[in-house]
Amino acid sequence: MTPSSPSNKALDYDITIRTDHGHMSVPAGSTLAHVVEQLVARQNKTPECVATAVNGQFVARGARASFMLDEGDTVMCFSPITGG
Amino acid sequence: MRPIHDEHDGWHIGSTKLHSRFLLGTAGYPSPDVLRQAIEASGSQVLTLGLKRTLAVPGGGDNGFVQIIRDTAASQGAHLLPNTAGCRSAREAIMLAHMARELLDTNWIKLEVVGDEQTLQPDPFELVDAALQLVNDGFEVLPYCTDDLVSAQRLVDAGCRILMPWAAPIGSGLGLLNPWALRTLRARLPGITLIVDAGLGAPSHATAAMELGMDAVLLNSAVSQSQQPVRMASAFAHAVQAGRLGFRAGLMPTSDVAVATTPVGGQPFVLL
Repeated sequence: MTPSSPSNKALDYDITIRTDHGHMSVPAGSTLAHVVEQLVARQNKTPECVATAVNGQFVARGARASFMLDEGDTVMCFSPITGG
Repeated sequence: MRPIHDEHDGWHIGSTKLHSRFLLGTAGYPSPDVLRQAIEASGSQVLTLGLKRTLAVPGGGDNGFVQIIRDTAASQGAHLLPNTAGCRSAREAIMLAHMARELLDTNWIKLEVVGDEQTLQPDPFELVDAALQLVNDGFEVLPYCTDDLVSAQRLVDAGCRILMPWAAPIGSGLGLLNPWALRTLRARLPGITLIVDAGLGAPSHATAAMELGMDAVLLNSAVSQSQQPVRMASAFAHAVQAGRLGFRAGLMPTSDVAVATTPVGGQPFVLL
């Protein structure tokens, strides 16, 4: 895991990751921040509205931009719901 | 009818002073507006929330409920208490707690780790493991636990200053299944804040819990699943307050035999 962004790290091939929306192809070198932006945009939410985990490990909001995803990674987004 | 809080009878979660001793869950209400009205009627200063992978649900999954909770909490000065519902291990609960802290900007966490699928009984071993870590991570941990004294003591040893023993299984509405155990917790853990959580079904259950010296009650289904949740929220608010007043006033000693009340002195037509 090294600091990166889609704009400066995007490579010339795609990787496939798993999300709550199913499998997703993204450019190799994509960061978690990049993927989360795409996922939440589908529901008119902002990245701050969700907490994230990759492969079952919590990734804090501040670490998303430097968290580079690998082939087969599972990205999960959590948000508040009603509860007892 | 608004609930009455005794401003001189506060209690604390962390450094936050509270007056209402009725914590309200937010799940299962028929509409966001009914939820809003129920929160207002309860006078609650602590509202519980969960976390879920809502992007997996079309529309985001909350149907406006969460915004109503946030708005109503803000308008009546209530605090949000996220839970770790659904977790089956300490590891899961720890992660969810960290997510909740990030999303809701609070270090309070209602720690739930289920150990049995039928009763949803808390797993005491995973609870202690999770509590140790979360206290170390700076959380104010409110573990949902059973009424078992020894496991409760282990949670205290882990750094928990508040415990949330069950009255009965979640959502059962059975009331206080083991008042003796709750009374024992109260007696043996005098410096610990005890909030009865889960299993209450009727306002009288809440009163009974408070009469035992519990510091507060948390409930959800008893209100949300009633025929009139707003009215029931008000009923519970008054029941909690009645029980608290009764406890503070000191209940009379009980007796297995009758004790005459009217001081007539023997029998009215018998010369001694």
